[in-house]
Amino acid sequence: MEILLQQIINGLVQGSVYALVALGYTMVYGILGLINFAHGEVVMIGAMLALSSLTTLLGMGIPPVLALLLSIVLAMLGCMALGYSIERIAYRPLRHAPRLAPLITAIGVSIVLQNLAMMIWGREYHSFPQLIASHPHTFGGAIINDIQAIIFILALAIMAGLMVVVHRTRLGRAMRAVAENQHAAQLMGVDINRVISITFMLGSALAAIAGLMVSANYGLAHYYMGFLLGLKAFTAAVLGGIGNLRGAMLGGLLLGLIESLGAGYIGDFTGGFLGSNYQDVFAFFVLIAVLVFRPSGLLGERLAERA
Amino acid sequence: MTKPLLEVRDLQVAYGGIKAVKGINLHIAPGELVTLIGSNGAGKTTTLKTLAGLLHPSGGQIQYDGRNLHNVAAHQRVAMGLALVPEGRGVFARLTVQENLQMGAYSRDDKNEIAADLARMYELFPRLAERREQLAGTLSGGEQQMVAMARALMSRPRLLMLDEPSMGLAPLMVQKIFETIRDIAALGMSILLVEQNARLALQVAVRGYVMESGAITLSGEAGELLGSDAVQHAYLGA
Repeated sequence: MEILLQQIINGLVQGSVYALVALGYTMVYGILGLINFAHGEVVMIGAMLALSSLTTLLGMGIPPVLALLLSIVLAMLGCMALGYSIERIAYRPLRHAPRLAPLITAIGVSIVLQNLAMMIWGREYHSFPQLIASHPHTFGGAIINDIQAIIFILALAIMAGLMVVVHRTRLGRAMRAVAENQHAAQLMGVDINRVISITFMLGSALAAIAGLMVSANYGLAHYYMGFLLGLKAFTAAVLGGIGNLRGAMLGGLLLGLIESLGAGYIGDFTGGFLGSNYQDVFAFFVLIAVLVFRPSGLLGERLAERA
Repeated sequence: MTKPLLEVRDLQVAYGGIKAVKGINLHIAPGELVTLIGSNGAGKTTTLKTLAGLLHPSGGQIQYDGRNLHNVAAHQRVAMGLALVPEGRGVFARLTVQENLQMGAYSRDDKNEIAADLARMYELFPRLAERREQLAGTLSGGEQQMVAMARALMSRPRLLMLDEPSMGLAPLMVQKIFETIRDIAALGMSILLVEQNARLALQVAVRGYVMESGAITLSGEAGELLGSDAVQHAYLGA
């Protein structure tokens, strides 16, 4: 029982990070019908930027909490600039090209960013400095430490904030209008290029936070971390119904749970033949199953029309 | 003669290699209700889309309020007072009626005035007031046309362009929409009305242009056009 509870906690924490990244995929898809496969690399760059600035700031003798906050802001700004540039340079010239062109470009951007990161930060793993003594709390026999609790609560708060922006503000209304009908939105006086840029920047800001969360949770960051994370978050977005914000959140949390429970019990099911190192397999089982049985995802309705 | 609000000279528009609009001239005075009639595929919608900035002309000039619109993007034209109710209405189906109307005021930042205009729209279209929290996609065709018109009016246009407002509507609803067009015109707004229903359009308009395969073949007072043999024969089925 304690193990089950523990796996659920781990799954929800990891899932909330997937959800933040999945939101970036789904927002861009909703507005452009484009799968931005470079988004995982933005998460990685966010983690690297945060880590570098954190190390530098701590080296300058700035108190840990302040240094952490500053590095979050720096990583967010850096990723927003990156997201803006990716759209501006790689996707906008292809706005009216056949669908395959931006997709291939996205993979190209992803490779460029990975190699760029490798040149800047090297091939080695960077460890995340121990900032706050992360106290473990036990309840029901399961353990949740401070960092995990912060990640989960912060992720939920950010998601709630995003929903408010999208559903309650002028900008959010414009985003939904552009997603639905770009011509009509222009006729309302909406500068669609500006709304698209803002969407990329919002998604990238979430990616920066997610990157920091992942590296804080595992204590590690490296130039290749964005690839698998990006694929999993994409899976989460597809699971929830790509283009649907609530779907991305639900998909992220579910995928985290499936992975965690799967990894926790795969040993029992296979009589110890397969171990928890097969954790990554589950995400892709989910991806294949969704694509075969419910391609529009759990909350999606309009995939056929779009794709 | 008063200075025209809109003046179009030798406007040409091409899709790929095909010329859809082949050098037309037209003008609209402040407060004038002008109609552009013609059969399907004559280039009426293309003309409106070009005036709104959704399409780029391949030649000619559009002067609006004394300004050349050549380098003015579609979204900037809205703030200048040009509004288009597109063919097929283009309501945001997944936004509520109220959100659609708020989108209409996107280019404005006078909050109090926007709220007042919202109230005015619900007065003008009481049906919409009842449905303000409903998703626009769930409304009937006629109600969606009302949303599209109210939404355009929310931008406080000086020139309102309407593309086939009667399309696909029941006769009673068509009448209602045309009554509203008359009411709006009476407020002093300039209107450019594109219609296939030539009789109705010429009945409400002051002047009219007849368009045929990309060119304007006839123009004049609406009453004269309504009585002319050519129009009677081609568009009124007489």
